[in-house]
Amino acid sequence: MNKILLMILQRFGLGLLTLFVVSIIIFVGVEFLPGDIAEALLGQGASPENVAALRHELGLDRPAHTRYIDWWAGVLQGDLGTSLANRRDIAELITFRLSNTLFLALTAAAISVPLALLFGILAALYRNSLYDRSVNVVTLGAVSAPEFLTAYVLILYFSVKLGWFPSLSNIDQDTSFIDKLHQVALPAITLMGVILAYMMRMVRASIINLLASAYIEMAHLKGMPKFRVIVKHALPNAWAPIANIIAISLAYLVVGVVVVEVVFIYPGLGQLMVDSVSNRDIPVVQACSMIFAGTYILLNLTADIVSICTNPRLLHPK
Amino acid sequence: MKKSKIEQIIHQDIILKQALSDPRVTRRDFLAFTGAMGMTATMGGALWSNRALAATPKRGGHMVSGLNDANTGDSLDCGLFNATYMICISRAFRDSLVNVGQDNSMEPALAESWEASPDAKIWRFNIRQGVEFHNGKSLTTDDVVASINKHRGEDSTSYAKGVFSGISDVRVDGNTVIVELADGNADCPALFTDYHFNIMPSKDGVAESLSSAGTGPYLLKEYNPGVKTVLERNPNTWHPDGGALADSHEVLAILDDTARQSALISGSVDVINRPALKGIARLKNVKGVNIVDVASNLAFTHPMRMDVTPFDNMDFRTALKLSTPRQEFIDKVLFGYGAIGNDQPLGPGFGSYDASLNVEYDLDKAKHHLKKSGHEGVTIDLSASNTSYGGAMDAAQLFQQHWAKIGVNTNIVQEPQDGYWNNVWNVKPFCTCYWGARPVEDMILSIAYLSSSPWNDTVIKNARVDELVVAARGELDAAKRKAMYQEVQHIISKEGGTIIPAFGTDVAATRDTIGVGEQIGGGWEMDGGHYLKRWWNA
Repeated sequence: MNKILLMILQRFGLGLLTLFVVSIIIFVGVEFLPGDIAEALLGQGASPENVAALRHELGLDRPAHTRYIDWWAGVLQGDLGTSLANRRDIAELITFRLSNTLFLALTAAAISVPLALLFGILAALYRNSLYDRSVNVVTLGAVSAPEFLTAYVLILYFSVKLGWFPSLSNIDQDTSFIDKLHQVALPAITLMGVILAYMMRMVRASIINLLASAYIEMAHLKGMPKFRVIVKHALPNAWAPIANIIAISLAYLVVGVVVVEVVFIYPGLGQLMVDSVSNRDIPVVQACSMIFAGTYILLNLTADIVSICTNPRLLHPK
Repeated sequence: MKKSKIEQIIHQDIILKQALSDPRVTRRDFLAFTGAMGMTATMGGALWSNRALAATPKRGGHMVSGLNDANTGDSLDCGLFNATYMICISRAFRDSLVNVGQDNSMEPALAESWEASPDAKIWRFNIRQGVEFHNGKSLTTDDVVASINKHRGEDSTSYAKGVFSGISDVRVDGNTVIVELADGNADCPALFTDYHFNIMPSKDGVAESLSSAGTGPYLLKEYNPGVKTVLERNPNTWHPDGGALADSHEVLAILDDTARQSALISGSVDVINRPALKGIARLKNVKGVNIVDVASNLAFTHPMRMDVTPFDNMDFRTALKLSTPRQEFIDKVLFGYGAIGNDQPLGPGFGSYDASLNVEYDLDKAKHHLKKSGHEGVTIDLSASNTSYGGAMDAAQLFQQHWAKIGVNTNIVQEPQDGYWNNVWNVKPFCTCYWGARPVEDMILSIAYLSSSPWNDTVIKNARVDELVVAARGELDAAKRKAMYQEVQHIISKEGGTIIPAFGTDVAATRDTIGVGEQIGGGWEMDGGHYLKRWWNA
């Protein structure tokens, strides 16, 4: 057990190092983009004096490395700073949006993961059957359609024609849980279309892979029912790849859904990040990318832990 | 249907539209008119009903709008406003000194009245008494001075610094704020209708730009930049009639065109701005949806730098102007929502607009001028980007084809959106651009057409234009000013370095439960940015 703890600590340390590297890359990247926030905010009518005055007011006339170090100094004290564009507290800006992003991601995952497991197991059980083929075709079809298309089609039928769900996910702090679920239904279904196929096929493939093993044949020979063989014998050994694909899908749900956010006007982190990049609002870009990078690192770590814990051979290496 | 029949119907439609947009038309005139056209009473009645509905303002109710032109980086700092969303919000919770009315006249707001010295150099604005900000602070002349000074001085970060640069001094005299100008300007009150100019509470002589306390008819209940804003009626308003019709508003930022449109069709929102023009013919036919369009002074400009060859040659410029397809530009790029422009920047919304100006499409004349310029067969670069206006890339291709007909080869350079206004506009010899509407002629001419203007994007240096613009500014006699501005229009159209094929039309769409008034203000889209106060739940 100590070994696992040691590994977690090790990985955690590496994760922090990764975050540090990411922060440098992002900072340098945004610095390299043409124009800065003063020019971005003032737009067409900016005169040189205007831009200079705004730069000075925002502290952008200081050298880049000083600004970067100041930013870290703030972060280490738990202060993410204020947005350069609207002078609001970044922590406040992000909390609302992060909770929305997580809510949408978890809702989508809560629908998709059980479905993917069920469809995948059934597909493995009845492989090459009509069911297997049709579920593959449908889910692959869904993943091949761009998200905005799926979203527009859903809006057209379920919101404009039938009026069951709102086309806008107009949520705020006071929205009740049930109401929120109703509001995010269409975006969550759109996202399900994107991730279901990956997870389902991974479940199917890993189980089928194991079905050729000797111990599965033994189980068959014992006369166990097919479904029981898969759930009791095959699935526990298939968890490692499944956990990995779920982790990656979840990470995608947190960081990669800006298109869905735009179409459904969902106030998530993605839109904030995109706007901040185009405004060159570095502190906000940094904060968002730290969250995104942190999400990837944590989810990968979790996936690894799950795969080790579910595999006795990895848990007790000789 | 035979072609002639279709044409006849289109023609009737145009005449009807003109009749409907003419404020002098009464219901009786209208019915007589439709009767004369051979239309049945019910048809005419149906056409009238929307306007009739619109003619009876009603107080109360909640209105939800979806606006684009918003950003998560938006702030309450009025010096940085450059987009519709914030302009509309600020017009609802803050006030200005002077408002532009729906008939485009100057109306008193926080300035009860004003008077000018005979040379139009010293202006006295009498500030309304007994007005309170939403945080309970009383409005003082100091607040007004601080709000003006926000846009002046070296440290000012305001986008409107140029607009207020003519002010040499601001001081207080009792309840009056005295504004002194370096040169006489008869349009001085119009400066204070600029959307950057909000009256904010001040502290130690500095305006609190980020304060949510205004004096407007609405309280800013919730403000989440780039997401949504909630406004509620201010019970303690100075406006005698409440200053606004709907009791509360929810203004959502909806950047995606399709999302905005489907929100309107499904009834999630009552009002949207800028419906996608590509699909507007279909949107118009959706039951329960009205299209609201207003001619605007927004100009689609294509500045050529007159100090760069071949654009330094007047014959060459004339050749391009004569071979620019104006109607086709309106039909194909603006989907019909525009008015013909004649290469001068003052739009049809101005009283001084000279409708007699007409740059005709004439390839023979164009060829003649091109030959005279000696630049036959020349290749020019046109820097374009859809950042300058939606459809600019399409417009560039349209121009390219027509200019090719007279023997000018156009190389379209697609410029990156980022940094367009810094690296391309006012830098490259020939590019696509737009100029938003301004309330008065002088604001447009002084910013971009004087030899000394920093944003003289065509590098025009015309002594007569300089002289006329400065003279018109200080001229209090309306007829004389009009004549001066008309002369300027002729000079710029003939000699200037910009191609302005059209002026824009501001388009919005509403549910038919929303009343908008018979006349809608220009100056900016959405009733000059005042729609939150002026439109109502019918």
